Amino acid sequence: MAGIGAGFEVEHQEGDVLILNMGPQHPSTHGVLRLILKISGEKIVDCQPDIGFLHRGVEKLTESLNYVQIPPILERNDYLSPMSNALAFVLALEKAGEVEVAERAKWIRTLFAELSRIGSHMVAIGTYSLDLGGALGGGTSMFMQTFEIREKVLALMEEFTGTRFHVNLVQVGGVRYDIPGAEWVKKTRKLADEVDRWVFDNLLPMMEASPVFRARTKGVGYLSPEMAKLYGVSGPVIRGSGIAYDVRKAEPYDAYDKVEFDVVVEEGGDNYSRWMVRGRELLESTKIIRQVLDGIPTGPIASRPPVKAPVAFKLPKDKEVYARVESPRGEMGAFVVSDGTTKPYRVKLRSPSFSNLSVLPHLVRGLTIPDLIATLGSLDPVFGDVDR
Amino acid sequence: MSGQPLLIFAAKAVGILAVVLTAATYATWAERRVAAWIQDRIGPNKTGPFGLLQPIADVLKLFFKEEIVPSPVDPLLHFITPGIIMTGVIAATALIPFAENLTLADPPVGVLLLLGISALSGYSVILAGMASRTKYSLLGSLRAAAQVVSYEIPMALAIASVVLMAGSLSLVDIVKAQSHLPFAITQPIAFIIYLIAVFAETNRAPFDLPEAESELVGGYHTEYSSMRFAWFFAGEYAHVVIASALITTFFLGGWYGPGPDGVWWFAIKTLFFVYFFLWVRWTYPRTRYDQLMKFAWKVLIPLGLLNILITALIKIWG
Amino acid sequence: MKINPYFVVLLMTVVGLVIAYGVLAISMFLGKRNPYREKLNPYESGVKPGRWDYKANIQYYLTALAFLIFDIEVVFMYPWAVKVMDLKFFAFIEMLIFILILLVGYIYIWRKGGLEWQ
Repeated sequence: MAGIGAGFEVEHQEGDVLILNMGPQHPSTHGVLRLILKISGEKIVDCQPDIGFLHRGVEKLTESLNYVQIPPILERNDYLSPMSNALAFVLALEKAGEVEVAERAKWIRTLFAELSRIGSHMVAIGTYSLDLGGALGGGTSMFMQTFEIREKVLALMEEFTGTRFHVNLVQVGGVRYDIPGAEWVKKTRKLADEVDRWVFDNLLPMMEASPVFRARTKGVGYLSPEMAKLYGVSGPVIRGSGIAYDVRKAEPYDAYDKVEFDVVVEEGGDNYSRWMVRGRELLESTKIIRQVLDGIPTGPIASRPPVKAPVAFKLPKDKEVYARVESPRGEMGAFVVSDGTTKPYRVKLRSPSFSNLSVLPHLVRGLTIPDLIATLGSLDPVFGDVDR
Repeated sequence: MSGQPLLIFAAKAVGILAVVLTAATYATWAERRVAAWIQDRIGPNKTGPFGLLQPIADVLKLFFKEEIVPSPVDPLLHFITPGIIMTGVIAATALIPFAENLTLADPPVGVLLLLGISALSGYSVILAGMASRTKYSLLGSLRAAAQVVSYEIPMALAIASVVLMAGSLSLVDIVKAQSHLPFAITQPIAFIIYLIAVFAETNRAPFDLPEAESELVGGYHTEYSSMRFAWFFAGEYAHVVIASALITTFFLGGWYGPGPDGVWWFAIKTLFFVYFFLWVRWTYPRTRYDQLMKFAWKVLIPLGLLNILITALIKIWG
Repeated sequence: MKINPYFVVLLMTVVGLVIAYGVLAISMFLGKRNPYREKLNPYESGVKPGRWDYKANIQYYLTALAFLIFDIEVVFMYPWAVKVMDLKFFAFIEMLIFILILLVGYIYIWRKGGLEWQ
């Protein structure tokens, strides 16, 4: 196999076009994206993404693991919202095996999915300001604020599951852990208030008032609704283009049909709109969290006892199911084919980051290098998720 | 030349130089502390009281670091460019009127000389990118060339209206013309233009495009390490200190102030503007390249020209 | 006795040169050196660097040209600014004519899109 850098000889250059290699070792490519740019001056003539630097063969790997071992592995894919990966897979298993899910577990899953969404959107907003403001400029101030809140979210998760990040909460038929107590609920309510306050006091006024921020984001990286559909983008990216598509509404899972919330839509289609969608979704998330904390039913947290032995779960033969959830980045889907054993025959993941990233070359043609960085940031790709 | 004044002069020169260089070094400390304060962090606090020894530790570390001269660079230019900013800054200290009797040199065309010297830092940035001979540095240097060149004009226009008010090209005369009212009040447009242009001239955020670490990684100083990098770094802060001193000189009446006049007024005003530089940096995101250029050519330059004409009219009639 | 101010500026420049380049020169001998091919590669995001010398975009040259025109104008403005109080309206009218001529060029650049970055 050819090494890194193969298939990319840059010696041939024509006219005033410079071929610039951006990434994988670059501070703003959100991990390991490599972009091969053709630039004229600072204008991008062509952009060709090169992915796969973080490919771990997760889909193949699942074929040699049994169903109970897979969710923790999948949580490493989209490492900014670990739970949504596992949730999509477990929903698929439940669908295939027709497993009854405990009612309380559904609410806990909803609660946790929204906590993850806050944590993930905080990273998206924070790193996007880094892309705009530079790691050593004004962007860092916003970054610090978002990470302060994210830290509190992670602390709540740790208290809940014992792990800050890769929570491994969901299991077939329910969840592994129950709410740790009244103290935790109080803290979570406080956090929800804090997030609301931060959005109203800091985020939205900043977006409204900062002329530099508006000049950098308004009208940049325009994605039309038609193009959004063509490329199959989802999540905040498609909602920023004015299409109210949200898996939580389109195909409700867990307790999403029992809570009140709005699908956030912005018409602009530009970086500003995508950012605004994320900012306003924080408010919807806190709304859902409050409803869950108010309305959560009592009862067992799993329809089956917590799985201890790894062989305890089997799917019937020749089942093909697809289940999807709304991850912070968009539609996260898992397609599972079973062969009657304790291991899946094939697992295919539909990762939102991959589809969202595919629209990048279309968006950035004709923009400048700073806008390329900003547009990439507004798509919020996670490379564990893109490369799998 | 008699011996005594020369000795006093030498003492003054060494004193001013020491103060300016110390201020530049401690501007890095201030930057980190102010940034930490703005971002609810603590900042460097382990090295000495309040982390006051941190800049010294940094300089020593960089002094003893391995110097990497990448293979494609021009070795001579690579050596020369980092020192240009520092040389310019030290040369500029000779011209700044710190107080009535604390001015090393007051040539009758001080303003022109000062503009010339401060333009040197632009060469440093431009040549540094060219000397590196790599794509990212080249882009940074092209940006620097266009930016520094474009903002030179509004800056010169703003100073021209100050010269018009003072009727002299001597820096001491300019300060003396502000003994009653600083030009910041009588020349608000020129003051704002100059303030904006100075940010571009010193390559400070939100106009730090030649550096732009999130886009061009390090821009012009990507390929510099050890003391060569440190001179760019220190040069930037020294430039900030000098630029703040110049704002004070041109627009805030130098050593004049309410109460007893003296060098302390100069120091207070300068320190305020050093803080202002840091404050703005940690508040605003970076502007985009074409927006910055458009702003200079389409807003600042016509505004500057208009300001000069209006000033001349008022001056002639008034 | 008064020291020639230009000499002072020259002296300070020399002092600046000595400090700036003295430190650089000393530093050259202080750090240990262990160069090898990979370390001496310039940065290009982790791949083999390609050619850096290409024809820069025409926009940069246009900016440089516009700068030259305006800079000469500013140079003319400084002596004028000093003498405007002696010459009164003559100076003002003169500068007005000068700026008007310049304005024609400025408007021409603007209309031609020389100030647009694309």
